[in-house]
Amino acid sequence: MGQPALPREHLEHTQLGPPLAKDLTRLDVVIEANRCLDCYDAPCIRACPTSIDIPSFIKKIATGNMLGSARTIMDANPLGASCARVCPTEELCEGACVYHHDAEPIRIGDLQRYATDWLRESGRTLFAPGPPSGKSVAIVGGGPAGLSAARELARAGHAVTIFERHAEAGGLNTYGIVPFRLPTDVALWEAEQVKALGVTVKTGVEIGADVPATTLLADYDAVILAMGMGSVPKLGIPGEDLPGVYDALDLIERAKFGERVPIGARVAIIGAGNTAIDAATVSGRLGAEEVTMWYRRGAESMTAYPFEVEFAKSEGVAFRFYRLPVRIEGDGRVSALVVARTEIIDGVPRAIPGTEETIPVDSVVRAIGQSKLAALYDAFGVAHQRGIATVDAGLRTSNPQVYAAGDCLFGGGAIDAMVVSAAQAGKDVAASVDRTFRGLDS
Amino acid sequence: MANLAIDCAGIRSPNPFWLASAPPANSGYQVMRAFKAGWGGAVWKTLGDPIVNVSSRFAGLNYKNLKMIGMNNIELITDRPLDVNLREIEECKAAYPDRAIVASLMMEMNRDRWHELVETVQASGVDGFELNFGCPHGMSERGMGAAVGQDPELVEMCTKWVVEVSKVPVIVKLTPNITDIRQTARAAKRAGAHAISMINTINSLIGVDIDSWDPIPNVDHLGAHGGYCGPAVKPIALNMVADCARDPQVQLPISGIGGIETWRDAVEFMLMGSSSVQVCTAVMHHGFKIVEDMIDGLNTYLDDRGLDSAMDLVGKSVGKFVNWNDLNLNYAVVARIDQDKCIHCNKCYIACEDAAHQCIDRIVSTRGEGETDLVVDEGHCVGCNLCSMVCPVEDCITMVRVDDGSATTTWRQRELTAK
Repeated sequence: MGQPALPREHLEHTQLGPPLAKDLTRLDVVIEANRCLDCYDAPCIRACPTSIDIPSFIKKIATGNMLGSARTIMDANPLGASCARVCPTEELCEGACVYHHDAEPIRIGDLQRYATDWLRESGRTLFAPGPPSGKSVAIVGGGPAGLSAARELARAGHAVTIFERHAEAGGLNTYGIVPFRLPTDVALWEAEQVKALGVTVKTGVEIGADVPATTLLADYDAVILAMGMGSVPKLGIPGEDLPGVYDALDLIERAKFGERVPIGARVAIIGAGNTAIDAATVSGRLGAEEVTMWYRRGAESMTAYPFEVEFAKSEGVAFRFYRLPVRIEGDGRVSALVVARTEIIDGVPRAIPGTEETIPVDSVVRAIGQSKLAALYDAFGVAHQRGIATVDAGLRTSNPQVYAAGDCLFGGGAIDAMVVSAAQAGKDVAASVDRTFRGLDS
Repeated sequence: MANLAIDCAGIRSPNPFWLASAPPANSGYQVMRAFKAGWGGAVWKTLGDPIVNVSSRFAGLNYKNLKMIGMNNIELITDRPLDVNLREIEECKAAYPDRAIVASLMMEMNRDRWHELVETVQASGVDGFELNFGCPHGMSERGMGAAVGQDPELVEMCTKWVVEVSKVPVIVKLTPNITDIRQTARAAKRAGAHAISMINTINSLIGVDIDSWDPIPNVDHLGAHGGYCGPAVKPIALNMVADCARDPQVQLPISGIGGIETWRDAVEFMLMGSSSVQVCTAVMHHGFKIVEDMIDGLNTYLDDRGLDSAMDLVGKSVGKFVNWNDLNLNYAVVARIDQDKCIHCNKCYIACEDAAHQCIDRIVSTRGEGETDLVVDEGHCVGCNLCSMVCPVEDCITMVRVDDGSATTTWRQRELTAK
């Protein structure tokens, strides 16, 4: 308990470079805002998992009602400032813009960033806690889903306590996304907005290790599991315990907060998701000269967003497909990665015998997804399937006192594990808990 | 190449595009630059007794990304000495003898003083006069400008004084700040004017500063009504031009003014009876260079239609502008939406639903889950055009004629039948 808070000088301009998104001028933004058609039943709203009234917030920018614009965004999405930077807008709002085919879609992400930046700089408070209901909620995990749920529950008047294992709230936004994509101060500002509603955030507390699940069940009327996911699983190949083999999220977190991680000149990234991309670009910015992503399938199967892939290429990252790591070599430290060609048999990539090649590398970064925190489900008496909580329509688990949100629900392809989806899951679970407290649900 | 030259009551110019009497025609330097750019004529900034102007004179009306769709001003007539203006007029005329230079005049309501002004100015070699009976601010409070133009008797009296001594054509410039502009146009005709021009600016207050609560523009925190002009006034001007053009008691050449910025605007004014068009705000916004496309575009338009002369356009639509009770009540159009062009913004749907006749339906689409297509309920569509107006896509919503072509019935005919 009680880890030190993050040094503030690492919040925005880290060793990894300044934010990628260019500063927006009022002139640029107003021209863009006025270009919006203000569609009726606008497809951009339907494409937003949190249903932000996008034409409304854009028109408010145009009329100079910046407070109203920011309120429209943040009311619908407690992570609206982060989402302005990390949402795959081409696949969501901007992809749905009616201008998409015949003209340039409205730059909704940029406009949302401008409005939420205005709010952050204004220091104004948008929301107030509701009249006390006498009900209490414990939220396990202070990431996007937990913060979103906490914000909504506090507005409804419930007493909320978040238990966060890190030193700061924000979860993936604070620790796992590269700062040049999402400056850390944005993530922390969003957490501050939630705290300002009277939400208690107990940081440096790991439920299960520091505080038993039974304590939460005894002390709170409801518990929401929003603990996200665990570390990157092992590759299951020889040599991966050698120094110089990294967990991608661990690498990003350490680099993000100032550690000069000795990544070396040649880095192999195993995986092709968005975290793999982040690990690759971070490696380059830590000084690596050759960063190569190794993926056992083809380019079309990568889970990273196309714009992330393009960004990685622009940073000099190389991609090698249909390659499976078979062992890591080294004497006291990583010196080579041995990969084999793959063929896809019945949808599963398999190494082709005799195709092994030895690639000299200084570091290997695992980025093949994250493990589920299955032990916590057991501690709370919650049924789950391969780490995904079994819930009803109200996101209530098999333990009627316990609900789940965010990554506890994602997986298996049913819902995309985006920050914006977690924000909506937080809203949904809060609404469900609130309905139960008010006796509207069984 | 069509012949763009025009003749407006005997005043000839190589093209119909004249600078209006306004800040762009304030000096010889400017008029020389305008003629070099290609302008066919210039109505010199109004000459008269010296005045004193205020500082902070103009204000613009913006709409979304568009600046100055309207503009107002509280500037007065020329603040330069008459002899300087006349010397510069002579210089311009000498340098560009083929261009039309018309002197705008304003004077107190005194016959001798008007005679003196006309005789002094016409010695400079101007091709015509334009009597400023329209300026709505500053001068009108002193019994000039719109104070004259709003009273048909004064218009007639003053025009007579000018015609008595003028050796060149006299254009009477009319104010729109009046109930029926035909009354003052007829007065000008009775007095022997050779042409009329319209519109002068419209009384306006362009805005109030919501931070300081001062009027816009403000002179030391106070404001006064100004004259409104620019693209936003074009429909008002065009209607007044058309009303005068079709009035049997007017029947004078017209120089059209009001929101003209492009060759397209000019063609519209000419079709409604203008033989020359005057431009101010567009030059104040963009500079003299705009005339290049006005000339080029008009030329191409005339060539494409096989017309030899710009004068062939003058008045061609006047006969089509009638009273409401002469419109065919049997005519019927309905909206048709081109599904291939539709981008599904639903602007037409909500406009019809909230502001018209609730006759666009959203039907389940085959484009995808939850998608809808927009279809017009032609049985209920009244053909109001609103949906086609709000549609952002060119030619996506068209108005299609659906009546059976049976004989025209007008309200006038119905009234006659009833009697």
